[in-house]
Formats: sequence, structure tokens, C-alpha cells
Amino acid sequence: MPEKTIRQALHEALVQEMHRDPRVVVIGEDVSGGAGTEGGRDAAGGVMGITKGLIKEFGERRVIDTPITESAIMGAAAGAAVTGLRPVAELMFSDFMGVCFDQIFNKAAKFRYMFGGKARTPLVIRTMVGAGRSAAAQHSQSLYHLFTAIPGLKVVVPSIAYDAKGLLIQAIRDDDPVVFCEHKLMYDLKADVPDEAYTIPFGEAAIVRDGGDVTIVALARMVHYAAQAAETLAAEGIDCEIIDPRTTSPLDEDTILESVARTGRLVVVDEATPRCNMATDIAALVADRAFRALKAPVRRVTAPHTPVPFAPSLERLYIPDPERIAAAVRSVWSYSA
Amino acid sequence: MRVLPSAVRAGRLGEAEERRPDPGGYVSHPAVGPEGAETAAGGEAKSDPLRERVVQVINKMRRNVMQLDRDSLVQAYRAMVTIRRFEERVQEEFSKGSIPGFVHLYAGQEASAVGICLHLGSKDYIASTHRGHGHSIAKGCDVPGMMAELFGRRTGLCGGKGGSMHIADLDQGMLGANGIVGGGPPLVAGAALTAKTLGNGKVAVAFTGDGASNQGTTFEAMNLAVVLQLPAIFVFENNGYGEYTGASYSVGGRNIAGRAAGFGMPAVKVDGDDFFAVHEAMREATERARGGGGPSAIEVMTCRFYGHHSGDAQLYRGKDEVRRLREEHDCLKLFRRRVREAELLEQHELDAVDHDVAALVEASVVAAQAAALPDPGALLTDVYVSY
Repeated sequence: MPEKTIRQALHEALVQEMHRDPRVVVIGEDVSGGAGTEGGRDAAGGVMGITKGLIKEFGERRVIDTPITESAIMGAAAGAAVTGLRPVAELMFSDFMGVCFDQIFNKAAKFRYMFGGKARTPLVIRTMVGAGRSAAAQHSQSLYHLFTAIPGLKVVVPSIAYDAKGLLIQAIRDDDPVVFCEHKLMYDLKADVPDEAYTIPFGEAAIVRDGGDVTIVALARMVHYAAQAAETLAAEGIDCEIIDPRTTSPLDEDTILESVARTGRLVVVDEATPRCNMATDIAALVADRAFRALKAPVRRVTAPHTPVPFAPSLERLYIPDPERIAAAVRSVWSYSA
Repeated sequence: MRVLPSAVRAGRLGEAEERRPDPGGYVSHPAVGPEGAETAAGGEAKSDPLRERVVQVINKMRRNVMQLDRDSLVQAYRAMVTIRRFEERVQEEFSKGSIPGFVHLYAGQEASAVGICLHLGSKDYIASTHRGHGHSIAKGCDVPGMMAELFGRRTGLCGGKGGSMHIADLDQGMLGANGIVGGGPPLVAGAALTAKTLGNGKVAVAFTGDGASNQGTTFEAMNLAVVLQLPAIFVFENNGYGEYTGASYSVGGRNIAGRAAGFGMPAVKVDGDDFFAVHEAMREATERARGGGGPSAIEVMTCRFYGHHSGDAQLYRGKDEVRRLREEHDCLKLFRRRVREAELLEQHELDAVDHDVAALVEASVVAAQAAALPDPGALLTDVYVSY
């Protein structure tokens, strides 16, 4: 199986789905780029190059460059979705939800329920999350938990290229609005990715590592940090199981609960700030549904309750790292009531 | 100042000074006729050829009246009367406490919804506002289904899960009333994008108001529609008030059509009392959109007979304002007079429509009251297609 980056995997998913279904359109700022310039179209292909070349293959009608106008992009994508297209709309940074969230959570997410089940809104919103590039407070947040809190939205947070492709294809074929969160530091991460199109169902976690001592639930980049921590801990004789939920809505509660039933110990790692985030949500789930299985308190490893700092020295402190994850695992492993 | 459509309505060119009660002077600035795209851009009518233009407009409207066949006239009248009776009855039921939540009534603005929607088929799209009953009826939504929805019943258009502010019927191209002021225009840009992408010749209309004309989402949608040359039409129903505040206060520059023109689309201002004026303006906008000519805007100068919402004490209104609006700016009265004067419809035909509509609305209320409440299980359904 060929090795591909997440960037390549996402691009491939878009190309294949646009070939498969003429209703799939890509819309956003600079999705091709260069409109109205001497250099001409396809000058960008998205700020991360995911949509590079699409306009040559599919034309302006299906690769739609917009002004910098997030409310109109998200609102138009919602309106297009409910009337028969299957838009993949780009919200460049999830931080920009601040200017357009109404279109997402009051419109796209609610059509079906408000309209008594008559609407289908097959919309994908691709957006970047994550700190680590000194992009500072307005371009670095991990806000998937805010999308997760909204009934009507589905939320995808992939951690490897294989999942990225299969989940994006699933998102495009899905009849509900999906927010697809891409960690901006992971685009060059490689994994085996089949050439052909395939889907990965939502709500099915991946067990990234089998282990019987401590369950670690982690998302996106934190999956890789958890894996590093698990290697260190294995040398110390602590055998970790790592679960990547892959989608936060729907959330594969069963896989998490089954694992905790075996290990009795849980560490949840989330790059988001701690209040009302996925770590807190999953901790509450386990406290509620697996209380008797627990042999130690649930530990959450998260960013602090602060905006994301700019200075690399501070940002390193902000982002959970393998050492902090390992320390949390040791604390629940050595806990005795 | 002279107001052309009023002149047309009154049929007296030189005596068109009076206008509806003006909450702060906004609605008294020069309006332009339905063919006056170029004047809307500047916001001021050019004074020199004014009389000539008045004649042009009148001639055009006469043609328009004549262009509508009897069936269309009856259809228009039926829709307008249905809206009026529906809203009056909703007001009555709401006052009795039989309708939950709150409702925003459209009475007074009927000529706008109907003048616009008469150009649309069920595959064309509209998005509406919190004041959405009129648009829904004009677009062909089922009246008993709407009434049942307002009552929160299982038989409602949305199964009782949407209510007054979220009435929608996608089968009729009705993309929903909307509880967010300025919520509709971006959605309409999207529906128009669908039409353009699929090349199906459909148009999408954003009904919106003077309030939404101040929302950034509306600006963004207009700009996007111009940039992408979408078959979208932005209808600004300027009823003089955004909630309890005068448009004269809240609309900077006091020229919504001019704003729209500033985005690079043809924009006109029409007398919303006059069904024929609205209808003619929409004819041009629709032809432009269907012909690939991109978006247009229509500012409809209109008035609402009730408050922002039912039960609004309306302390912001002038003395006798509503009474005068009803006497002097009733689009239904004007329509009746116009078609009778032109001898296009007989009085008994109009009376028959009145009678039919009264029976329909009454039956809708009776049916809604008798209808079952939503199944408790409906609380949890239709959040997703699948989850």
C-alpha cells in the first residue's frame, strides 16, 4: 500500500468524490486562489495546498473562490446543501467560526429538526485546528468541542492519513452537516493509504495500541504524543491502551467504556482548553457509566485555561506533551485508595 | 417630496405629496419606479425628466395590469387576502392564548410577498424572516399545515418542531422563516449557487427587511452574489421599523436600495402598497436572474399593521398611525380599487375569494385545535439523517 501524507490523502479524497458525484463542489477563500490577478487561478489551492489543481480538473463552476467572507461562505454552503449540492466549504481556521458560527449552528445544524425532518444538509466544513506554529491566539485553537456541543453537527478529528481519507469521503457522502477538523501540524504526516476510495464509518473509534493497564483516549496530534508516552511507559512496565475516537460526534462511547472496564484507569488527552472540552466530556461519561470499574481517578491532560500564546517558549508549555501524558498515566497507575 | 408610486396609486400626478406616517422622516425621501435601477444607485431621483419618468412608469404599470390575466389577478388577490385573514385570525388566537410562543404578523405587507412570489414556481427558492407567514403563503405553503404548526401540532408543516419562526416547506422551495435577522440572505446565495451550478434556471429570493439591511451577513451575501453572478434577488421590505426602532435612526444613509446598488447590482425602490409596482419590479429582476444577468435588489416601501410581535404595546408609534395606515396604505383596498376601476375583475369575484379564504382560515383553526400534539418521541427524532 502506498504511503501518503495527510495532505495527499485529503486531496485524493476530494478528487475522487468530485469525480464520483457532480454535486460535490468546493467553496472557500483561495480554494484555487489567484482570481483577479495576473498570475491567474490555482495560485494557492487552499492555504495548505489541499485543493491545489482542483480547478484545472473541475473548473470554476465546482471550485468556487470566494471573497474573504466567512458568513457568506458558510451560509451559502448551507443553503446550497439544503437545495441539492454537496458543498465542501473551507473555514480556513476554526478560530474564524467567531464570524460565521450562526450559519453553522443556527442554520445548517438545525434545518432538519426545525423543519420536521424534511431537510437534508449534506455539507462538509473543512477547518484547521491546533497549536504549535506560533500562529498565536486567533489561529491556533482546537475548537472541535464547541462544534461537538451542537446537536445536528457531526465532528471529525482524524489523526492519521488513512483515517483522513476514509473519513473525508464518508463526510462528503454523509447527509448531515460535518465539521472536519484538520490539525495544521499534521499535514505532512505519512501513513499507508489505499489508492481507491473507501469510507470509515463515523462513531467507530480506532484502538491505536492494545494494552491492559491504563486506557488513554486522545485526539488528533495528541494520539501521536500518547503513543510516544506509551513507549516510554512500556519500558517501565505499564501497558497502555490508546483509543482514538476519530469522531467526537458521534462519539464511540462503547469502545471507551469497554476499555475502561478492562483497565479501570483512564487518562484523556485533549489539546483544547479544559473547560467543557472532550477530555471533560469523556471523563464525565466514564464517571457516569463506568464508576464501579474505576480503580483510580480519571486524569485529564489538556491545555491550560488560557488563550494560545505566541512565543514558542510559552506555546511549548501550553500544548500537552508526551512527558505530561506519561506523568498522568503513572499517577493513575500508582494510585491507591 | 414627490413619490412616484404613490402618484400612480392615487392616479393624480400633481397631488402625490402625502405618504404614510413617517417614523422619523425615512420613508418620505424620493422613491423610484420599478424601472429605475439607475436612479437607485444614487439614491435620489433625477429632477429633470421626472414628469417623463412618471408617465413612463404609469404606462408600464398600466401595461402590467393588462398583462396579468384574470386567473393571475384572482390568484394574487386570493394570496393577499389569505395572508391578511390568516394574520388577523392568528392575532385573535394568540390573544386568547391558544398559540404558544410569539408571532410576528405580516398584515399590511401582503403586496410585497405576493407581488414577488407570483413570478416564482415551486422549484424557485425563497428564504424568509421572523415575519414569515406572508411569504410562506405566497410561496404556496399549505395554510392548514401552517396554522397547525403555529399551534404546535403534529399535523403542522414541521410537525410542531419549528413554530412560527421556522415554518419551512422545501417541496415548495420555501427555505424557512428565520429567527435570526439577516439569516436568510446567505442561504439564498447558496440556493442561487445551486441553481447556477446545476444550470436549472431557478432563482432564489431573500425576503428581508430594513433591520436585516444593517446586518453584515446581508452585505456579505450581496457581495458574494455579485462576485459569483448568482441568480439571487434581495427583497428588502422596509416597513419603517426594526423591532421598536425607526429605520430613520438605524439605516445609515437611509437608502437601502442605494446600498444594494453599491454592491454592483441593479436596485430599485417601489411602493409596497401597490401590488402592481412590486410585481413589475420583480418581473425585471426575475428575468435578469433567469437570463444569467446576476442578482438584483428591490426595496419595498411598506408598513406593518401590527407591532413587531403580537402583543407589542407599540409605544413607538405615532398617534393614530396604525389607523391611518389601515385607511390610507392598505394594499388590499388599493388592489380591489385598481382591478375594479380597470374592470378586470367583478365585485362578485372578489367577494367569492373573500368568502373562500375566510372559510379556509376558519377550517384551518378548527383543524389545528383538534389536531394531536406531537408524539413525545418526536423530541428525539430528526436531529440527524443518521447518527
